[in-house]
Amino acid sequence: MATSSPLESAPAGQEVKPKSGRTSTFLRVVRYSGVRLLTLAITVTIGLYLTILIANMGGYVDKIRLAQIREDVNARLAGSPSLRTLSAEARAKCSQDLIQNQVHRLGMDQPFVLRSLGFLKDAVTLNLGRAFHMTSNSGSNTVRLIILERLPPTLVLFGAADIVLFFMSIFAALALSRNYGKFFDKVSVAMTPLSSAPGWFYGIFLILLFASVLKVLPFGGMVDSPPPPTAIGYFLSLLKHLTLPVLAYTLSLIFLNIFTWRTFFLIYSSEDYVEMAKAKGLSANDIQNRYILRPTLPTIITSFALLMIVSWTGAPIFETIFNWPGLGRALYQAVGLFDTPVIIGETVIFSFLLAITVFVLDLVYAFVDPRVKVGGEGSQ
Amino acid sequence: MNLSGLKEIFRYPTVIAGVLIILALVGIAIYTVFAIPYAEAISLWRGSEADWYQNPKNAAPVWVNWFRADKLPETIRITTNDPAVTKTEKPAGEGKAIAYTIPVTYEFDDFPDDVSIYFTSKYTQKPPFVGLSWVSPEGKEIRLVNFSISNKYTYRANQDQKLTRKLGGVVASQGLFADPQDKDSTEPVKGTYQLKIDGVTFDPSADFSAELVVYGKLAGWAGTDHLRRDLGVALLWGTPIALMFGLLAAVGTSLSQLVIAGVSTWYGGGVDTLIQRITEINLVLPFLPLLIMIGTFYSHSIFVILSAVILLSIFGQGIKTFRAVFLQVKESPYIEAARSYGASSPRIVFVYMIPRLIPLLIPQFIVLIPTYVFLEASLAILGLGDPTLPTWGKIIQDSQANGALFQGWYYWVLEPSVLLMITGLAFSVVGYGLDRVFNPRLREQ
Repeated sequence: MATSSPLESAPAGQEVKPKSGRTSTFLRVVRYSGVRLLTLAITVTIGLYLTILIANMGGYVDKIRLAQIREDVNARLAGSPSLRTLSAEARAKCSQDLIQNQVHRLGMDQPFVLRSLGFLKDAVTLNLGRAFHMTSNSGSNTVRLIILERLPPTLVLFGAADIVLFFMSIFAALALSRNYGKFFDKVSVAMTPLSSAPGWFYGIFLILLFASVLKVLPFGGMVDSPPPPTAIGYFLSLLKHLTLPVLAYTLSLIFLNIFTWRTFFLIYSSEDYVEMAKAKGLSANDIQNRYILRPTLPTIITSFALLMIVSWTGAPIFETIFNWPGLGRALYQAVGLFDTPVIIGETVIFSFLLAITVFVLDLVYAFVDPRVKVGGEGSQ
Repeated sequence: MNLSGLKEIFRYPTVIAGVLIILALVGIAIYTVFAIPYAEAISLWRGSEADWYQNPKNAAPVWVNWFRADKLPETIRITTNDPAVTKTEKPAGEGKAIAYTIPVTYEFDDFPDDVSIYFTSKYTQKPPFVGLSWVSPEGKEIRLVNFSISNKYTYRANQDQKLTRKLGGVVASQGLFADPQDKDSTEPVKGTYQLKIDGVTFDPSADFSAELVVYGKLAGWAGTDHLRRDLGVALLWGTPIALMFGLLAAVGTSLSQLVIAGVSTWYGGGVDTLIQRITEINLVLPFLPLLIMIGTFYSHSIFVILSAVILLSIFGQGIKTFRAVFLQVKESPYIEAARSYGASSPRIVFVYMIPRLIPLLIPQFIVLIPTYVFLEASLAILGLGDPTLPTWGKIIQDSQANGALFQGWYYWVLEPSVLLMITGLAFSVVGYGLDRVFNPRLREQ
């Protein structure tokens, strides 16, 4: 990944080398993405291992596994008719022996280093065990099912919010960079400190205003209860419930975003080739799209990637405030119920989500960054 | 760093406002720590009945009345020791007949929230027996109830079903103050009411006293919560905690990032690559979920969480910003000069390179403070706040858990939120202002 990772790129653009294109653009993008995917996979694995180390410092993972074994063994004993005639002590001893066997079979008497590798394999394959208290809507207590069920709402919420934020920021930043120093530019710069408060915080104010006082939008949730039967009704209800969270999310991030991106645009609009284009008499739109927006995009995507990562990890609180039935609120519920397998499983899933976010943005980056697309040099 | 540049900062009125707010917050924090000692704050916030019984539940702050034409009631408390209370005592049988008449002047435009009478008695064998009656300003008398009072006894009028039936199906706090002719009236009758307590005791030394509390709908400068606790305690104590958490976390993370970035750039090569890789791993570590995990599994203590926050942020994105500047600093002539006279690497990093970045560091760490203040509140709302400490986040958590927005108890949510907002804005306005002064080339494009 080295220097071309979007998360550490310096302003690009100037160093576009007219390279004799032997390999096709597509192949270069594939190769670049492959390398990124591999490095990310290694990064995630190390990240998961660290998570396991942190979770295991108090021996919680062991406790979970032991409880699971005990439950399995006792269920098996209770269901076996041949053992029903045994005395209580004999049965207890039998269950002890079986548990010991299982502990040995699963390697739980091995040193921690070896076992932690086993946990790592479980985490990577999403074999996350069973929840103590929580269940999925279908009634299963498998952590993987609980998490998979909560994933779509979270994706819908943050997907919608990120799209709205991205396009609003980019249009506002472009408009302000053209009107540098004018009234709206100054107002928007003065509003930057508003971004010091996180989205959930604006959520509280918006709920107060639109739900409690004006009573025009719902307090929270994802759809009306009961959900509307038709697809259109469902969609409209979803939109209504999305309005406040998306607004809160946008409000908390947009001013800082506009400020940063406007600065990027200003840097690029003072480049010599922009002056050249102006001198050639190109239309303002052409200059903006081809000479300013295009070379700035990689930098902007970098800044957006960092922002998305921060907002992903804020999901637990954001979804809790808006009562959104996603991953974040599941984590909040798991904390309330002290459901350790779910808490660990959620942490693992968030690691994966962060990595996937980084990867998807890398792909987008590969398509918009001229160094990857044209030269292939910049990406090494 | 040009200190005379500091004067320039006062050209920005918002920055002056920010500085004043920060000074005010620090002042409040210092005042709080001395006025309500730590142990007292914690025991108050644990909220025993004895501390808070005189407060109504979920009452708005008293200043709400300044903005209202119809005045909401404040709490009225009268003990039988009050000079306005008349006490008559006559011998009766082996004991005494004791009668109290407690006048209650009620001049508000809304009904009280509840009416309770707290009795304390002393006796040797048989507890005193009392009968209560309520006299309206027009002189109409309603018998309330008769009972015997053990050592401590509390009569809560709103929970007395018999009385509610007698008042025609409305609870005592409304029925006792309503106009008997006009059942539909939404306003209480103003004037002086009387509570009459007629008691008999059964041995010569026996006695009893009472405290009448007519709970209002307003209490204190900050209002109260569902456990009758005065929110003022938590709002005040939240200030030093928020400032301490924000300051320590911001200083801890930005200083460590600065040192790591300096070392990374100076040594370069393998060290640099390693540090860059660790930063990338740190990026995919889910910060808040990991904090939640640590909070749930190990400890809710604010210091454990604070250490975890700093540890998880050491390899944060700040390193990249600092590194970019260090790369320029590393090439500057004065570093070459230091090298040529034989300065050691640690000396160059710590004495020549790092101080050079202080102007960049200060604004950045001031801008970081609100992030951590809000993080502390977030953790509290997720139920991972320090269990003993009263903080702003805890108030928001309580209000959310009790549906404050749904019930219309807006003050409960707004007070801590506005404080959080003011703190966040003040620090970031000052941070951005300092940034403009210290690093004009970096910002003013």
